[in-house]
Amino acid sequence: MSGALLSTEGLASAYGQSQVLWDVGIELAPGTATALIGRNGVGKSTLLGAIAGTRSATAGRIVFEGADITGLPAYRRARAGIGYVPQGRHIFPHLTVMENLETGLSAGGGRVGGNARVPQHIFDLFPKLHAIRDRKGGFLSGGEQQQLAIGRALAGAPRLLLLDEPTEGIQPNVVQQIEAALRTVRDTLGMTILIVEQYLDFVWRFADGYCAMQGGRIVGRGSTATETAAEVAHLVQI
Amino acid sequence: MDSLLFLTQLFNGVSVASLYLLAALGLALSFGLMRVINMAHGEMLMLGGYLAYLTLIVVPGPLAILIAIPVAFAGAALMGGVVQTALISRLAQRPLDTLLATWGVSLILQQAARDIFGAIGVEVRAPDWLGGGMAVGGVNLPSTRLFIIAVTIAVLAGIALLLKRSRIGLLVRAVNQDRMMAGAVGIDVRRVDLMVFCLGSGIAGLAGVVLALLGPVTPNVGQSYIIPAFLVVVMGGLGSLVGTTVAALILGLFSALAQIFVDVSMAQVLLLLFVILFLQARPQGVIAIRSRALDA
Ligand SMILES: Nc1ncnc2c1ncn2[C@@H]1O[C@H](COP(=O)(O)OP(=O)(O)O)[C@@H](O)[C@H]1O
Ligand SMILES: [Mg+2]
Repeated sequence: MSGALLSTEGLASAYGQSQVLWDVGIELAPGTATALIGRNGVGKSTLLGAIAGTRSATAGRIVFEGADITGLPAYRRARAGIGYVPQGRHIFPHLTVMENLETGLSAGGGRVGGNARVPQHIFDLFPKLHAIRDRKGGFLSGGEQQQLAIGRALAGAPRLLLLDEPTEGIQPNVVQQIEAALRTVRDTLGMTILIVEQYLDFVWRFADGYCAMQGGRIVGRGSTATETAAEVAHLVQI
Repeated sequence: MDSLLFLTQLFNGVSVASLYLLAALGLALSFGLMRVINMAHGEMLMLGGYLAYLTLIVVPGPLAILIAIPVAFAGAALMGGVVQTALISRLAQRPLDTLLATWGVSLILQQAARDIFGAIGVEVRAPDWLGGGMAVGGVNLPSTRLFIIAVTIAVLAGIALLLKRSRIGLLVRAVNQDRMMAGAVGIDVRRVDLMVFCLGSGIAGLAGVVLALLGPVTPNVGQSYIIPAFLVVVMGGLGSLVGTTVAALILGLFSALAQIFVDVSMAQVLLLLFVILFLQARPQGVIAIRSRALDA
């Protein structure tokens, strides 16, 4: 497709017999941030999982940088350049902060036994992580875990970053830090971002475009520059 | 009670514990990581024993047993790799089928050994330098048993170091703690499974060499150690390294000390009763936290 970093066509996914994604088509232009919005349970996390490869697609195609990745296992997609920050963060609880970041390096080289180091720019983005580098992941606060989850994804030097509700349950001042870091990631590192976010004011501050979901389908999409949050709010409310 | 007999049995208990631990480590590793029970694990011990026998034929001499150890490790690791690739990885998420399939492998390997080496068993003679013993305070410590304890300590230290300090160890721990996320950060989870399974089988093969020093290698030599090994794994908390070690020590000492009062088969019965009572009191095993399996 025309210059999209990632696109999906007719994507479907199911939990056992119950289908939760229907005919999802999205396109992400390189270097942009797109927000995936919608009420709880409409399939946002499932869509992100299907793109990251932790859930399998039952129909449709996913194309990343021109290559069909639909059948690839998650680790091959990570190595292809897709970083994933799942809902609930999924920090390895008994690994230290530094070790959690080092697991992220697997996506970069991919080679076992490599001696790559965690890049410095991750600590520049999240200085807190350096201060707590020897602490176990399971003992961190929600905000610290969220920064760690983003740092871990960035350690693999992805070109697409998938973020699932990174501000969920996190103090406002940490939300600001995360927002600033994500700005840097997009504007300075040129990364493409797909972010699931409940708060429309966050979306309108940060994202370039939005896709709204209802009942496992995309029901609306557009630009945050030409539309207002108020105009879109009906898509995500009850 | 005779204190000399007690001390002797205490020492014997530690060496029995070492054998249990060597037999159980591989089971604990693969159960901890994959929740898979390999019924053919005992046959990895058997394979190691026969490989030791063959090694001693090919390279005679006092140090042949030291060559047999890596040979048995590699042979059993290879066999484990074949079982994992051809069978277990294809039956993922189907524990009952895995149990049956690996049981089948166990029977096939036993029969193969019977066809190749005969049903009676073969002897692996310990080298002369393992012939003697050491007397400490009137207690005689046979060199073979000291050797077994030394090998076990080395293996345990090796695994702990591998898990804690190496890059592969980091990947193993990550997969163990969150399999889904491990894949998402770029770890080839199935390859980690395979490596751990090979490692566990290799340790069993190594245990087979050590067993061969104590008695004949028979086609069903693995069967007599697999039950205590399962008991150790269950009591240790299903996959924890520290728990497995502690459980092996408890069970080894229990069985050796019981033999002061009762005969061997009665001691086995008491051992089983002991484990059942222990699990009644502490169902989670020695180490409680399941998700910490390979960490502590
Ligand atoms: N593990 C699961 N098993 C079965 N159904 C699930 C599972 N996870 C999510 N679902 C269902 O799939 C639908 C979409 O869930 P999800 O993608 O998590 O939604 P969202 O992230 O938009 O809140 C929901 O109806 C939810 O109940
Ligand atoms: Mg969700």
